[in-house]
Amino acid sequence: MWEYSDKVREHFFNPRNSGPLEEANGIGDVGSIQCGDALRLMLKVDPETEIIQDAHFQTFGCGSAIASSSALTEIIKGMTLDQALEVSNQNIADYLDGLPPEKMHCSVMGREALQAAIANYRGEEWSDDHEEGALICKCFAIDAVMIEDVVKANNLNTVEEVTFYTKAGGGCAACHEGIEEILAKVKAERPGMGETSPPAVCPATPEAPKPPAKKLSIVEKIAKIQEVLESVRPMLQRDHGDVELADVQGKKIYVHLKGACSGCMMEAATLGGIQQKMIEALGELVQVLPSSHMPVEA
Amino acid sequence: MEPKPIYLDNNATTRVDPAVVEAMLPFFTEHFGNASSIHAFGSEVGKALKKARSQVQALLGAEHDSEIIFTSCGTESDSTAILSALKAQPERNTVITTNVEHPAILTLCDWLEKEGYIVHKLKVDKKGRIDMDEYKSLLHDRVAIVSAMWANNETGTIFPVEEMAELAAAKGIMFHTDAVQAVGKIPIDLKNTKIDMLSLSGHKLHAPKGIGVLYLRRGCRFRPLLRGGHQERGRRAGTENSASIVALGMACELAQQKMAVENTEVRRLRDKLEAGILSQITHCFPTGDVSNRLPNTSNIAFEYIEGEAILLLLNKVGIACSSGSACTSGSLEPSHVMRAMGIPYTAAHGTIRFSLSVYNTEEEVDRVIAAVPPIVAQLRKLSPYWTDKGPAANPEAAFAPTYA
Repeated sequence: MWEYSDKVREHFFNPRNSGPLEEANGIGDVGSIQCGDALRLMLKVDPETEIIQDAHFQTFGCGSAIASSSALTEIIKGMTLDQALEVSNQNIADYLDGLPPEKMHCSVMGREALQAAIANYRGEEWSDDHEEGALICKCFAIDAVMIEDVVKANNLNTVEEVTFYTKAGGGCAACHEGIEEILAKVKAERPGMGETSPPAVCPATPEAPKPPAKKLSIVEKIAKIQEVLESVRPMLQRDHGDVELADVQGKKIYVHLKGACSGCMMEAATLGGIQQKMIEALGELVQVLPSSHMPVEA
Repeated sequence: MEPKPIYLDNNATTRVDPAVVEAMLPFFTEHFGNASSIHAFGSEVGKALKKARSQVQALLGAEHDSEIIFTSCGTESDSTAILSALKAQPERNTVITTNVEHPAILTLCDWLEKEGYIVHKLKVDKKGRIDMDEYKSLLHDRVAIVSAMWANNETGTIFPVEEMAELAAAKGIMFHTDAVQAVGKIPIDLKNTKIDMLSLSGHKLHAPKGIGVLYLRRGCRFRPLLRGGHQERGRRAGTENSASIVALGMACELAQQKMAVENTEVRRLRDKLEAGILSQITHCFPTGDVSNRLPNTSNIAFEYIEGEAILLLLNKVGIACSSGSACTSGSLEPSHVMRAMGIPYTAAHGTIRFSLSVYNTEEEVDRVIAAVPPIVAQLRKLSPYWTDKGPAANPEAAFAPTYA
């Protein structure tokens, strides 16, 4: 059985705001019975102030789907619609003191229902671009569809690259066989791999994604590196960690991991995630390493 | 005071019978020897293993005790059987199985397909029964082995494995059955069948986890999975798990003694439980072939609600069972068994398996019959597919999500 937090259990056993809401003027339906998850979120919005006066839900789903729905209604009551749109699935998971990785999609469904309900109130069309596949990486809750999309978009060839781009496989490494299967499948589907191509056309090293028009000066490069680090800091700080730049030596970027990040079992994956962003921002292949790996001055 | 918990998940695993624990304990302490050793420490263990082998032989109705190979679990037995058949008959490249097998078979078969073998998975009908004509049409001289479960773990549905084995044997094809759920629950007499190999697992019949058996008919060509020492006559190397083997022997003897109780008293309690639930709750139905299933298993689909939520609420009142819902497994799809039978999605996610044992009592069954209806009502009240008056008139239309 899942390790649910006490908060999840409590919201499941005593869901808040369940059942139909007669005066609802914004309704969002997401999920489907095929997937085993379906959520209807009903909002009563004050047309003057756009404040959510009441929120109810009806959910077909597992314990965490019901708890996520309940949490969502509690979070958004009293918010304006614009404030509510800022609520992320992570906010829902945090409100419940976390969800198991296999169950994060329950919080995603909550956020989508919220977007759908607000769109419905505003008379807008809401379309979802989110497709979910089988869960591959349990450490970071990365599914097959996401890995496949990233592999295709970036022409990835190795498990290591997949980890840099998606984090998948950066934890316990048990899913590497699954990632290899996705890589093999995409490789087989790639155009140009058919009978007209000579064998082994695949480059040994991947192309750097979107190289910039001109080479960056060292100052520009450092500025970009700082920019990337700033962008990831809020995420790390939320987990009570932090990061700062230690040094740049050629293609090696050394960083200090601080607070909870230091010595965390996910350190390698955190660095992998930062490295992915660096590669995207700089348009070249770089390595992000902990400052402990810096060569000792002679 | 908290009520005593009720365990109705015996197809998942069983409690080790106290008599079994008592029988195995000395093999951790005074009888710790290695059966292969020449000295007295070893020979005591050797005798105990021989006894256990004959106890398993008796329950299975095997002709020879040397047909019993001890393994670590049902999964190992399954893998050994299928891989052996392919290795021993390199001119045969096809495996026939069914699409409701346990993952121990299906995952292996999926991998074999990737390795270039051909796998035919027999389909089942709405009640989980295979089509014998389809089966017959697939038996040809490239088939290395047929593997079909004796009884299904989710629904308890029994396959006609004896008849299937006859048909395979007539065409010179090996037949294996994963009988992990059947052994100890229904009578088995292998010497009067054409079954070549059979897998069983100790922890499904009140022996500990980590012990299994592969029955291998004398004369059936075999290639070991594990090579090394001479244990199990060289067919499964590795020092014998003597304490667990002794335990399994004892569990088999007890199962044989209780076979009649299983098929009368346990069956009666299961039928009472099922009838008690079905009579109180609308929009639910038993799955599988109810006229031909294990005496201890009842699998009920509750429409418009989700299985994990049911399990959590049952657990809260001290009732343990399991579900075929997607959410309990971490996958996105409900159980492959339910999908294979074409159970609609509105019901497949809400299937609950009650599996009893000889330890369950009338009083427990009465408590479960009383506990289930309010739980189902509570969850239906939360469901967007349900209204005060019952299911939404057209569930698909009543709830039309922005995406599916």
